[in-house]
Amino acid sequence: MDAFLILEDGTVFKGTSIGAEKEVISEVVFNTSMTGYLEVLTDPSYAGQAVVMTYPLIGNYGICYEDMESAQPWPDAFIVRELSRMPSNFRSENTIQNFLKKNEVPGIAGIDTRALTKRLRDEGTMNGMITTHRYHKEEMPALLERIKAYKVEGVVKKTSTKEVYVAQAENPDGSRYTGDREPKRVAFLDVGAKRNIIRSLQRHGCDVTVYPSDTSAETILSQNPDGIMISNGPGDPKENVAVIEEIKKLYASETPIFAICLGHQLMALATGADTYKLKYGHRGGNHPVKDLSNGRVYITSQNHGYAVDPKTIDPAIAEEAFVNVNDGTNEGLRYKGKNIVTVQYHPEACPGPRDSAYLFDRFMKMMEG
Amino acid sequence: MRDTSIKKVLMIGSGPIVIGQAAEFDYAGTQACRSLKEEGVEVVLLNSNPATIMTDKDIADHVYIEPLTVDVLEKLIEKEQPDSILPTLGGQAGLNLAMALDESGFLASHNVRLIGTTALTIKKAEDRLMFKETMEKIGEPVAKSEVVHDLERGLEVAEEIGYPVVLRPAYTLGGSGGGIAENREQCQEILENGLRLSRVHEVLVERCIAGWKEIEYEVMRDSAGNVITVCNMENLDPVGVHTGDSIVVAPSQTLSDKEYQMLRTSALNIITELGITGGCNVQYALNPESFEYCVIEVNPRVSRSSALASKATGYPIAKVAAKIALGYTLDEIKNAVTGKTYASFEPMLDYCVVKMPRLPFDKFITAEHTLGTQMKATGEVMAIANNFEGGLMKAIRSLEQHVDSLMSYDFTDLDDHDLHKLLHRVDDRRIWVIAEALRRGYSYEEIHDITKIDEWFIDKLKIIVDMENRLHSESMNETLLREAKRIEFPDNVIARLTGYSEDEIREMRDKWDIHAAFKMVDTCAAEFEAETPYYYSVFGSENEATGAFRDPNKKKKVLVLGSGPIRIGQGIEFDFCSVHSTWQFEREGYETIIINNNPETVSTDFDIADKLYFEPLTPEDVRNVVDVEKPDGAVVQFGGQTAIKLADALQKMGVPILGTQQDDVDAAEDRERFDEILQQTGCQRAAGQTVFTAEEAKEAAHVLGYPVLVRPSYVLGGAGMRIAISDQDIDEYIGEINQIAQEHPILVDKYIRGTELEVDAICDGQDILIPGIMEHIERTGIHSGDSISVYPQRSLTPKAKERVIEYTERLAKALHVIGMVNVQFIADGDEVYIIEVNPRSSRTVPYISKVTGIPIVPLATQIICGHTIRELGYEPGLQKEADYYAIKMPVFSFEKIKGADISLGPEMKSTGECLGIAKSFNEALYKAFQGAGIQLPKYKNMVITVRDEDKEEITPIAKRFEQLGYRIFATHGTYQALSEGGVKCFQVRKVEQESPNILDLVLGHELDIVIDVPKEGAEASKDGFVIRRNAVETGVNVLTAVDTARALATSLENKSSELHLIDIAALDEEKN
Repeated sequence: MDAFLILEDGTVFKGTSIGAEKEVISEVVFNTSMTGYLEVLTDPSYAGQAVVMTYPLIGNYGICYEDMESAQPWPDAFIVRELSRMPSNFRSENTIQNFLKKNEVPGIAGIDTRALTKRLRDEGTMNGMITTHRYHKEEMPALLERIKAYKVEGVVKKTSTKEVYVAQAENPDGSRYTGDREPKRVAFLDVGAKRNIIRSLQRHGCDVTVYPSDTSAETILSQNPDGIMISNGPGDPKENVAVIEEIKKLYASETPIFAICLGHQLMALATGADTYKLKYGHRGGNHPVKDLSNGRVYITSQNHGYAVDPKTIDPAIAEEAFVNVNDGTNEGLRYKGKNIVTVQYHPEACPGPRDSAYLFDRFMKMMEG
Repeated sequence: MRDTSIKKVLMIGSGPIVIGQAAEFDYAGTQACRSLKEEGVEVVLLNSNPATIMTDKDIADHVYIEPLTVDVLEKLIEKEQPDSILPTLGGQAGLNLAMALDESGFLASHNVRLIGTTALTIKKAEDRLMFKETMEKIGEPVAKSEVVHDLERGLEVAEEIGYPVVLRPAYTLGGSGGGIAENREQCQEILENGLRLSRVHEVLVERCIAGWKEIEYEVMRDSAGNVITVCNMENLDPVGVHTGDSIVVAPSQTLSDKEYQMLRTSALNIITELGITGGCNVQYALNPESFEYCVIEVNPRVSRSSALASKATGYPIAKVAAKIALGYTLDEIKNAVTGKTYASFEPMLDYCVVKMPRLPFDKFITAEHTLGTQMKATGEVMAIANNFEGGLMKAIRSLEQHVDSLMSYDFTDLDDHDLHKLLHRVDDRRIWVIAEALRRGYSYEEIHDITKIDEWFIDKLKIIVDMENRLHSESMNETLLREAKRIEFPDNVIARLTGYSEDEIREMRDKWDIHAAFKMVDTCAAEFEAETPYYYSVFGSENEATGAFRDPNKKKKVLVLGSGPIRIGQGIEFDFCSVHSTWQFEREGYETIIINNNPETVSTDFDIADKLYFEPLTPEDVRNVVDVEKPDGAVVQFGGQTAIKLADALQKMGVPILGTQQDDVDAAEDRERFDEILQQTGCQRAAGQTVFTAEEAKEAAHVLGYPVLVRPSYVLGGAGMRIAISDQDIDEYIGEINQIAQEHPILVDKYIRGTELEVDAICDGQDILIPGIMEHIERTGIHSGDSISVYPQRSLTPKAKERVIEYTERLAKALHVIGMVNVQFIADGDEVYIIEVNPRSSRTVPYISKVTGIPIVPLATQIICGHTIRELGYEPGLQKEADYYAIKMPVFSFEKIKGADISLGPEMKSTGECLGIAKSFNEALYKAFQGAGIQLPKYKNMVITVRDEDKEEITPIAKRFEQLGYRIFATHGTYQALSEGGVKCFQVRKVEQESPNILDLVLGHELDIVIDVPKEGAEASKDGFVIRRNAVETGVNVLTAVDTARALATSLENKSSELHLIDIAALDEEKN
């Protein structure tokens, strides 16, 4: 069946409907990863967005459920050049076509994803509608107004865990923890977390208590954790006014804190810095980040549409610890006089390079004191 | 930071093109030299291959086209006193040489250091034992294996590991001498051979992981320890087929992110542990049923795969590696494609790249077609599309071997039993066999079980097969045509399947607006704006190539057609010509556009022309580019036959051919028209006739008298050309020729045995410029590309020389040549006969340009642009002869191609060439043999067996070898003749006689030379074939012409005198 992607600037791409046949309006963003489409689909940071994969052949290795980064897919829609009609991989349990249908994710295939990506790059992230309905010309102006009006909202609460739970420490191979020392107790503020952040902590020998995004700082601190992790998550960071208030209190405590992506932005906002929306964001697995502590460049996994404005950072409070080699944007902060490090990118990978996994080791050291 | 103590760097090239080491190192080396010069480094270059671009004086400051030997390298270091050697960009040959000098302490004592990757790192990667220990140390799995140095231990280890085992000799090119042994017998055979071929007599016996997925990663590391992967690649052919012979796709297709990242992390760990500074290639075997993997091999240098990765991604690996060697870190080096980002990132592809090998079985009809761990391909093609099917279809039609689809090899007459059997065979036609199996409804599972090819790929082949069926059975409509074009079915194939004409298909495409669009290779999947006009075509997409001038000041555009894959008969020389022509057009103010499909070449580097279109070289694909770019003209005379063949199509598209017109090219190829021209101009040629059938051919032969030369018109590298001595020969050949030559007529000429001469000339319509006359050492009957060629010629009588000049001028004018022309002659006393005229650039152009110092291609290009020879400051006619002798020596790869007949004849068989240049003829000859790897004497034993008619001539030559200290063995007839001639020799029994016979002697491994001149015409006995094959496979030098033997004797007699190195870049100055 024919499907259409209508961008807010009036550009229409005609393709074939994939997944669920339903009409959605969403914010269209592109991801340049060549592998890891399931990890992308199940990354809660994409809540409220429609994802375009720039790599043209998607679904080649089917669906390996254990690679899911959360319990369900989050994007409003999935946009691809071509879905493989036959997946092949020893772990594959399903086809991507079925997966999208079963999870009611609509999508469009067979469009010129490169042309779309170039438009998003040149014009900046745009809203768009995916539909199988053929709109008439005269309907377009009103439709475009509707598309333009869309805003990504309330997505943190939607993606965060509803209940507190504990993920037990593990050995590096995933078996039950048998290490010599006591497991570290990490309080994990879930503002839309990917599983592998929690898993990485577990495999570093941490008992991880995962809290919903609206948990108060007092609740967290009352448990006297060895460290606090603030996760990645979707949407505009500034929208999370209440969460930011709680993070201010976490900042004031002496507990070591490590934050990733949205967590990094929230901590910056909590300490007086500002964030802004990037023209088209960083989404992919090839972004070079320089660690200013040693001058080394690491290839990182990224997924963010907002960034911390380094000009707004109070030098008495924090300093840039990581920068993006390509465009010089901020990729991480070190807080002065505090045991707090935050990064914009994803050391937990999945999808993407694992080169920054050393940051978890650093967090472990921070908790050793 | 740039290490400013590096001021003068020596680069070592890879020598002659052989299987396993081809044009990719010219590409890498050239890019590296340019990168070094950009930084103000003085570059000294050593490479024995004159056909390369890297050996140009505008690429390096000092150029030495000398043999790649320790002796030469030591002399060169003493003469030029470089402070550093960059050894990792010139392939294995250069690396081995640098390592040898490092090990001997010569480098240290001369204050020369290896920059880039260190000697220790290279050892850790290349020495099997050290490599294994290093991998064990960091927990990287390698297949169970052991290094052995003798046969007994090798067999023991094989038993321990359990058959099948893989045997890999250390330090050999393209896996020479390796293989898979299923049992003890095979193991013994391969081991013996491998131990002999290995520089250090070392073979790795390894657990066989054939059938696993073969995955490669191209990684880079700088001295600060920053690491990136440029690209990963997946082989369609599972482990067991050399990656050089595999169909390869980039990026990997069947790996999930978990597998992709697992291997990526492993590759980065390895490059870090080895401490590589520069580029590196890691090959993996991945168990398709688990996360288990093994590291197969690490190449601590740029390689064929890195050339492919560079072209596949746009990331210039060699250029970046050179900068890293100078001390820069990845985040200090700009990404030349985007101009905005840095080299410290990983390219993201938004397309699919397919590479296919170009195998030489069309030249070696008797050779085994099976593929294994020994590489056999001479070259490769690459195609870019946004789906795998399209990439494969494009790659197939780029191969230049009369294939355009999965229907090109017909297996329909095989019964199921035979087809099933054929599926088990791993050879160059495997995907065509699979296609036939799919047509017959074989299940994916069944095909996978036999071939181990991943079902994802099998499904893609099925999609192509399904499309064939639909086109054949359904009525044509827009959706169907759109879909067929999306997966890159060419119009001619669609026409064949649907019954429409190609023009009708084209009309439908116009009606429905189904046209190719061009997308850019930008390294970043469109995330950043890129400036680099490196394009590939797709259907059903927005066009990114506007056709606009990049430089608004330019007014004219020229299309330069490349020469496609490297194959026997059409080698790197044509890339040299295409690139130089492009550069000259640039200087003449043209915007330049290159179309080519060979990822190994300099011409497909994105900064050679103003625009690069990476496309197949077929009329339809070229037309797609023409439609967008609307060039003012096209130049075809520099791209070999591939380009010439497109001239007609270009004219039909309305693109003027610049320089010599196609009609004149046709006149030179058309027997009757050419005869007319010869008559007009008063040039004589060997009598001959044009025929169409075997009967006519025999009649012609009777009129002319045997021996005659039989060949199809429109020949490339002498394809299908034979000398016939009887009616029986003619019957046999016509049968073979008809299979290769399609509809073209057949030429039968009187065979004249004389001195063969060759001239490359430039004509401006009025005047002619002849840089020099070359003479072949071998008499007529051996393809010019396989002959030893001497400049300046030495044996022409003054009268004959005058005639050569006169004939060249007359013919060039009569053919209205504007640009290049190549003329081949036979001289017999004062008589001169024309063999053929090619109004285009030839194989010898790079060689003759370099040794005469005359920039032939740029001059020809200027002439094409309307300048005249006089205007350019040259006096017409034959130029003053150089003070040097320059000898071009053919180099063969026979040992790599099992079953290939190595005897030389009118059909070209060499894969490459090297140069010997010196003040004296003898020294030049010695250097040429050295450069070709004929480094003698070793054991001072040789075998001679010649035809009766050669016996008189061989006797004095044998005498000379005797005086050089050789023990000569000969079969009965030759023995008698030699003994009568006073040569001391020993008689050996023939192959069919009881042991010990000549074959035992050959296999005894103590022979230097076999001189075996086979009978002309059909090989009467299989004896000679068996002897030659065995000799070549055991590393014995085999000569099949008396003239070559004489030259070798001369060369050896000259061995003791000291070598003088000549800087080609300073030839002009030395002359003045």
